[in-house]
Amino acid sequence: MRDQVLRLITGLAALVAGLLLLLILAELVRASWPALTGLPVKAWLFSGHWAPGDGQFGLGAMLASSLAVSVLALAIAAPAGILIGAWLHLSAPAWIAVPLRALQGVMAGIPSVVYGFWGLITLVPLVNQWAPPGAVLITAVLVLALMILPLSVLVTDAALHQVPARSLQAARALALSRWGTFRQVMWPTVRGSIASGVVLQFGRALGETLAVLMVAGNVIRWPGSLTEPVRTITANIALEMGYASGLHSQVLFLSGLILLLLVMACMLLVRGGLRG
Amino acid sequence: MNLTQRDWLFTVTGGLLVCLVLLPLVAMLFDLLRLGLPVLGWEFLLTAPSNAGRSGGIAPLLISTGWILLVCLSVAVPVGLGCAVFLNEWLLPESRLSRGIGLSLDVLSGVPSIIFGLFGYQVFAITLGLGFSILSGGLALACMVLPFIVRTSQQSLAAVPAGYRQAAQALSLSQTGMLWRVVLPTASPGIAAGVVLATGRALGETAVLIFTAGYVLRQPDSVLDSGRALAVHIYDLATNVTGGTSHGAATALVLLALILIATTSVRSGAGLWSRYMLEEKR
Amino acid sequence: MSLTSPSTFSASAEVLPAHDQVVQSRAPVVSIDQVSVFYGDQCAIQRASLTVQPGQLMALVGPSGCGKTSLLHSINRLTDSVAGCRVTGETRVGELAVNAPATSLRELRTRIGMVFQQPNPFPLSVADNIRFPLKEHGLRNKQALNQRVEQNLRAVGLWDEVKDRLQQSALSLSGGQQQRLCLARALAMEPEVLLLDEPCSALDPVATETIEQLIRSLKGHYTVLMVTHNLAQARRIADAVTVCWVDEGCGCVVETGSREAIFVNSSNPVTRAYCSGEKG
Repeated sequence: MRDQVLRLITGLAALVAGLLLLLILAELVRASWPALTGLPVKAWLFSGHWAPGDGQFGLGAMLASSLAVSVLALAIAAPAGILIGAWLHLSAPAWIAVPLRALQGVMAGIPSVVYGFWGLITLVPLVNQWAPPGAVLITAVLVLALMILPLSVLVTDAALHQVPARSLQAARALALSRWGTFRQVMWPTVRGSIASGVVLQFGRALGETLAVLMVAGNVIRWPGSLTEPVRTITANIALEMGYASGLHSQVLFLSGLILLLLVMACMLLVRGGLRG
Repeated sequence: MNLTQRDWLFTVTGGLLVCLVLLPLVAMLFDLLRLGLPVLGWEFLLTAPSNAGRSGGIAPLLISTGWILLVCLSVAVPVGLGCAVFLNEWLLPESRLSRGIGLSLDVLSGVPSIIFGLFGYQVFAITLGLGFSILSGGLALACMVLPFIVRTSQQSLAAVPAGYRQAAQALSLSQTGMLWRVVLPTASPGIAAGVVLATGRALGETAVLIFTAGYVLRQPDSVLDSGRALAVHIYDLATNVTGGTSHGAATALVLLALILIATTSVRSGAGLWSRYMLEEKR
Repeated sequence: MSLTSPSTFSASAEVLPAHDQVVQSRAPVVSIDQVSVFYGDQCAIQRASLTVQPGQLMALVGPSGCGKTSLLHSINRLTDSVAGCRVTGETRVGELAVNAPATSLRELRTRIGMVFQQPNPFPLSVADNIRFPLKEHGLRNKQALNQRVEQNLRAVGLWDEVKDRLQQSALSLSGGQQQRLCLARALAMEPEVLLLDEPCSALDPVATETIEQLIRSLKGHYTVLMVTHNLAQARRIADAVTVCWVDEGCGCVVETGSREAIFVNSSNPVTRAYCSGEKG
């Protein structure tokens, strides 16, 4: 009897948790439906002209900026993270490796708004000296890379922990070099987990809002140069949702929907890859 | 290049890279302390902000943050734990329902926070009519942290030795009794780790709260009032208030300290509960 | 809600009588008739039949993988909660048909006590390990509970060793003590049948000796089925023995009979080879 009640209650909780994603998806579709059906795809997906006051709702430039910032940040953070992760395992003495691991955990826990704040007060003036106004694409890339790096290190570290000890022993017995051990013995085993880690981090970078908003300059244009300000899709939502109404607000929800679908695709890719 | 040279190169490159990465971290800490410390003090913690945050303190924001966190955890922890218990105690791991819920939660854990902001705004603030309020913000945050709580709880429930369950079955014990007396106390340190993770994220979250809990600097009278969280305050001071930098840095220091304190206290609380439950009952 | 009413637990505070005294008649016959256990398509044991007389100790012996444990687990239906597990055939405990849909799992499992291969006391205090299951089954009286703790710890010879640390965690006991606590926990439910799944295999020789003594003293009061790898142990303490074997990837019962019938007079070639150590 008590068990039945408990089962019912926990089942209800599971139902809520399981359906939340679908609920979010449905709600975004519902809120953006008029824009989705009323505007031609060409007008919002491919156009870079965003002027809500004049009825221009081109999301293309901001989408491209989001992708550019994420890809570049990942291009810095992923290799560096993998290298540091391997270094932690193979070269670092324990008195460095242990606190450094803990530090990566702490770094991963620092709120993005703090990274953004620091980027704004330190990095932006610094970049400003050679690329005014300072709040430009490369600044956003650097801040984002700094945020993602600890995740990359931690994922690599965790993956390397799964390499069987006997393989390492064999490598040591054969007197392989550290780099050789990593390249020949460890890399083939951990490649898959590291790849899914990179995809996850890409999803994370794509969805980051505040840190990027605070340092990217937020001018709407197609990303062409590292030293020009850009506005990402997430920053646009955060900046305009407060006063948007009607079609403007619906298109903002639409941009959220696009973002959600992109991130969902990343997550499903990882899940599919892990199973395969 | 022979083996030893290549190894040497690897070691040195790695070490240099680590230094390069630590540099911004040290710089960040240094900058925050340099700007924030002169402002920081009891007065900063205990007074209300004035002049849009350029002067005064952060007392009402601390209260708002606390309320938002309380709402968030008091929804997310029971629902998340309930879900984990259901998945673990009643569903076979390979069943379609279990896998479906698992997949849904995995995807949910990667959904960007701004999406939860949009969802919370649309559902809690508009549809349910809660407006910009601590309740809306806390609920939206609860949605965000839910998958972390479910996943960590599930892992620690699964780590409870199978022998306990077998013994319980052979003795025909009720699942409720077993759960309450043995399984949850045994799993509670792991569950707490999930709550810790959730607390850290919830405290530092900004994008979810801008359109749900809102911006209002005043101290909230109830959970239906709007209230500004610390993280939102940092964002606002940095972008909308010229001359708010030092107060922003001080707020960031407080936020980092809070995350540290909250995470340690939740952990030790769970340890105490676990010990209490497993000890002698009169 | 509680099928076993508290009155079932009326104080029979007597310490168990030594086993050469009057045999209690509560112990039922356990009969297993053509029972097969499958895990998905995999067959664990096929068409096993055996009978245990009231108060006797039946040892199930045989090489690993011959389905002894699966058969044992089917008797109190632990197999129910294994995904994809299917049991056919008929098992009876006294008048109770184990696999009948109307049979209450709760009644079945209160009548059958079980001890596992690995000692598995709950991570509670020593006393709570016995009290908690009794409370779950509706015994609330504090005095009766404490009495039951002492009575059953005495029955397994643990009382003098732990009476000063009843409030300490059961996990602080040694392996042999933990296993005896698990036996006491099972006995506290006042079962009629005991299932012992290699109860000594995780223990050192000294602890094994203690448990063996204890099992010997249980004979007569309970109908006991014990899975063991240890032929010498079966020879020492069993009244009857069932030999299991693997035949074409599936376990089966080769022979079942009294201890003498199996160890001395068997004409079955597999039994003879196994018992002489030539096979298995």
